[in-house]
Amino acid sequence: MSDARESLTRRHFLRTSLHGIGGVALASMFARESFALGAGSPPLVLPHFPARAKRIICLWQGGGPSHVDLLDPKPELARFQGKDIPESVRGATRLSTMSSSYARWPALPAIRPFRKCGASGTEISELLPHIGGIADELCVVRSMHTEAVNHSPGVTFFMTGSQQPGRPAMGAWLAYGLGNECDDLPSFVVMTSSDREKSCGQLFYEHYWSNGFLPGRHQGVRFRSEGDPVPYLGNPDGVSRDGRRALLDDLAALNREREAVAGADTPAIETRIAQYEMAFRMQASVPDLLDFSNEPKSVLEMYGPDALVKGSFANNCLIARRLSERGVRFVQLMHSGWDQHSNLFHHLEKQCRDTDQPSAALVRDLKQRGLLDETLVIWGGEFGRTPFGQGPSDAPNGRDHFGRAYSMWMAGGGVRGGHVHGATDDFGWNIARDPVHVHDMQATILRLCGIDHERMTFRHQGRQFRLTDVHGSVVSDLIG
Amino acid sequence: MLALCAVASVAWRVSQGGEPPGPPPRFSTDILPVLSENCFQCHGVDAAQRRGNLRLDLRESAVARGAIVPGVPSAGSLVARIHATDPDTRMPPDESHRSLTDAQRAMIVRWIAAGAVYEPHWAFVAPKAAAIAAAAADEHPIDAIVSARLAREGLVLSPEADRAILIRRVTFDLTGLPPAPEEVAAFVGDPSPEAYERVVDRLLASPHYGEKQALPWLDAARYADSNGFQQDGDTFQWLWRDWLVGELNRDTPYDALSTWMLAGDLVPDATDETRIGTAFLRNHLLNGEGGAIPEENRWVSMFDRVDATATTWLGLTMSCAQCHDHKYDPITQRDYYALLDCFNRVPESGIVDGSPSRIRVANPVLEYPSDALRARRAELEAAVKAGAENAQGPLDQFLRDEWPRVMVMSDAQPRETHVLSRGAHTNPAAKVSFATPEFLPPMDEASPRDRLGLAQWLFSPENPLVARVAVNRAWQVFFGDGLVRTPEDFGVQGDRPVHQELLDTLAVRLRESGWRMKPLHRLIATSRVYRQTSLASDALRARDPDNRLLARAPRFRMGSMVLRDAALAAGGLLDARVGGAPVYPYQPAKVWESLAITMERNFDYPASRGADLYRRSLYTFWRRTIAPANMFDVSQRQSCRVRVPITNSPLHALTMLNDPTFVEAARTLAQRTMKTESDRAAQRARAFERVVGRAPNAREEAILGAMFERQLAEFSADRAGAERFLSIGESPRDASIDPAEHAALAATCLAILNLDEAVTRE
Repeated sequence: MSDARESLTRRHFLRTSLHGIGGVALASMFARESFALGAGSPPLVLPHFPARAKRIICLWQGGGPSHVDLLDPKPELARFQGKDIPESVRGATRLSTMSSSYARWPALPAIRPFRKCGASGTEISELLPHIGGIADELCVVRSMHTEAVNHSPGVTFFMTGSQQPGRPAMGAWLAYGLGNECDDLPSFVVMTSSDREKSCGQLFYEHYWSNGFLPGRHQGVRFRSEGDPVPYLGNPDGVSRDGRRALLDDLAALNREREAVAGADTPAIETRIAQYEMAFRMQASVPDLLDFSNEPKSVLEMYGPDALVKGSFANNCLIARRLSERGVRFVQLMHSGWDQHSNLFHHLEKQCRDTDQPSAALVRDLKQRGLLDETLVIWGGEFGRTPFGQGPSDAPNGRDHFGRAYSMWMAGGGVRGGHVHGATDDFGWNIARDPVHVHDMQATILRLCGIDHERMTFRHQGRQFRLTDVHGSVVSDLIG
Repeated sequence: MLALCAVASVAWRVSQGGEPPGPPPRFSTDILPVLSENCFQCHGVDAAQRRGNLRLDLRESAVARGAIVPGVPSAGSLVARIHATDPDTRMPPDESHRSLTDAQRAMIVRWIAAGAVYEPHWAFVAPKAAAIAAAAADEHPIDAIVSARLAREGLVLSPEADRAILIRRVTFDLTGLPPAPEEVAAFVGDPSPEAYERVVDRLLASPHYGEKQALPWLDAARYADSNGFQQDGDTFQWLWRDWLVGELNRDTPYDALSTWMLAGDLVPDATDETRIGTAFLRNHLLNGEGGAIPEENRWVSMFDRVDATATTWLGLTMSCAQCHDHKYDPITQRDYYALLDCFNRVPESGIVDGSPSRIRVANPVLEYPSDALRARRAELEAAVKAGAENAQGPLDQFLRDEWPRVMVMSDAQPRETHVLSRGAHTNPAAKVSFATPEFLPPMDEASPRDRLGLAQWLFSPENPLVARVAVNRAWQVFFGDGLVRTPEDFGVQGDRPVHQELLDTLAVRLRESGWRMKPLHRLIATSRVYRQTSLASDALRARDPDNRLLARAPRFRMGSMVLRDAALAAGGLLDARVGGAPVYPYQPAKVWESLAITMERNFDYPASRGADLYRRSLYTFWRRTIAPANMFDVSQRQSCRVRVPITNSPLHALTMLNDPTFVEAARTLAQRTMKTESDRAAQRARAFERVVGRAPNAREEAILGAMFERQLAEFSADRAGAERFLSIGESPRDASIDPAEHAALAATCLAILNLDEAVTRE
């Protein structure tokens, strides 16, 4: 785009000039910029359909939550306890190298009972009582499947549609396609947390929120819980907000002097000025976002004892609601600690205790604010866990990665509440009905946002790329 | 069908109506891009996806299947189908989400009427140098070709840029650093016609030339100082980075440099200096996660090598052919695996060595110690030999953590290569042996069937792509964009160069002059085309918004690595030492630590002290899982990238206003001007000049003055704040300077570093 390299068109500039430097024009720094396309990409016409979800909060449960312990009850496993899962069920399943050479496959029943929840009667483990309490909001998918056998490729697959790092994340696609509703926060925000024991050993790679080949401003902005939430957000020590304001005014005046030179690239310089103004506004909006003093006590209580503990899953859930409220398009909240290879019995319960209440609180909180209808909440991980036990075959104490069948849930944003989609066989091993591949889930999520996954493309390396690669079908049964 | 044809032919006549008579459309520039984008998906190279047994990329097939009747548009089904109104018949079909414009339909019709002449894709035919008109024989070849093209458009080159801008531009482009004020003054004051060329020659000889020219190579080589993934172990690949900078400074010919990167272990006179080049093929991600399937990882590495090689040297998107025949370019899946075969001989396991060290490398490696390290090792070994107490531990630790082992290539473990169905290593199909893509000129019979043969083939005179791709990347150095705007894709779906004649002439010249880059860079930098002003009338901008014609110089924000170096230079902080182990400059607290939630290793950021804080950005430790916090718009170093878009985000502004690097540089810039100038206005002017290369005009000086006064008022009212502001950064401050005054000038300097003009290469 050469002179438009910095992604501002004359049209945009004219609009800026008409409005002066303020309000609407400045907002577009993060906002929808349909002109910011790759060389040769056709202009996007979005949304393709009326959007059900305007925003997404993804409560990522990293490590692989055990479907057979949490969301997919399998009484048959109890009947087979101690016995191997039959080979007729197992077939030629691709497993991680940690268990692919096993000689035994002892069925391991759910560590705690399931309960029928809500009017819908959806069965959910009693390890998740709060999530059980919002069962009628949930669309539980029990027939997810993925090709990935390991964490990083699995997470990358769900987030970007490819197991290899380098493609744009879902949040970047949405920021690119739909822009921002918010004029002083990024459109794609990431937060991370992990279980207290840090048992899991997984990293949160930047490529989980990468812009890939999309313009760099669509990269997820990670809010950190230590130091400045956004790197370099705070003024240098000793610089006051007034001092900075004065400096920026004078800086803009100097930049405008440059515009006075005949033939100067005024649109580019105006873009620069607007970029600095937006930065100044973010310096106020982010601290405001993280100022919980106006949160009613009842709300904080709903999120549980960690609600105000920086860096906790609960605090991140609360921030996620505040971000959504302000119009942030995609909040990717990444929590790890679901990788129970050898500590299933004591650790899974702790993990549930830390995440159950805040997850449910977020859904309730959105609902009571009237935001749930237009905010899609997604809960799930990169795969499930083996229905057989890992560890000593006579006393298994964990479960290995399992991508052949697993469960997720969604709420709000136009999904069908109180609904269970798909089913696995008696062992939770094979999908018995209505499989949902990761690409299908992605296509469905985009559809809820009003986007045809086949038509939101970006040209890179000579072809049109999309989130779902060349796969994926919308699962209309998930849509309410 | 009859009725359909009638409708179609009416539509065709309609679409022809009012068509201005002109030369018939050309296949390679006008027709092929349209067919490729809209039809090849189902009627192209990929046999598996082909519908109706029709190929539109081959004239023979299109005519035999009745799609095209040359000379008689209405007789063929192609014209009928693209004009059909019935969605069941219309091409391209609705579900493809593709459609033709009326103008495209009309063009196809005119092309068929003129005989439907096919010709090969432009980039797949070897380049020829332009015959430059006799009248222009004395002219600079770049200027002659561009001027001739502009004349056809009724345009001329823009005047030369101001000298101050010109020297700033060329110094940044060649060395990535700003010119010193004395260098600017000398050039501006030198009336001799050779003054500019002397500047260019001086810069080409600078050791910083290689550092700057290495930057795009690092992106192509997905270079990082750690392996990525969970363990993210550190590596010694930085020795390859130093090797690269050295070779670029020596102007090692591009063919030799490339041959060493691809096959430095296989050349007849191989030495460690050539072997280390092959680290290019080993700079990829390495997964050491528990449970990862080693053979799967090994294949991922090989896919990466094919991708990096094809993108870097051929400008081809071969990775599409990993799972199926390429949809657009004539690259088959068989071609892909036949090429991959030369990378499938490495004695590697697909996993990273699981030592408990911070360092994690995977065989094969090249031990590449300096003399000092050799001496140290001898010392430690001598101690062990002499039976000294507790001597073995230090030696072991030395060998593990400090003894440099660069991951390189080796062909010591040949394997059978098979085409993989859908790219899955668990689904091997037909066996293949090494070969270069069939649609390109064949390999020399005498060439070995390995990576060395591949390199020889790339640099054979018949290869249509390699020289063009190299010239295009050189052009990017000076113009931001290449002559082909898709440097990663010279294929059918890629950008068509407006100045193909120029690209081809330079490509031939590069090859014929022994593949030396410095002469090519000199040729570009001394052209009038390069020396034009970037100022442009609204009319010119409107006429050519993307500057495809090159009737003006481009103007773009510089990369974040260069901006950091420029600030360090302006502040007099820059440590100009070339090469060495990566360093750890300022980074916000807990950036690394909060990412790491593994207990497997310590991820504390080992912050540098002293001079290492001020090394050039290319020496900053690049952790694969988290890029340096103050570098924006950079390749993520996960896969090969030859183009990194420049974007705008408020986060960039926050970095340049608040990162201690910039705050400290502003403070030292203020201090150094206060040392040389006593007058406040002169101090501001000197600082301004140091950053943008020119003195402020009267109006600018007035604003700078007001800025300083306002900041002075702020800091005078808060002297403690001034002290805190001035204490940012490790370098000492001259405490004899009044803090409020120093802080006010430092704030002013910070604003100057953030000027649009300062961050822009004009």
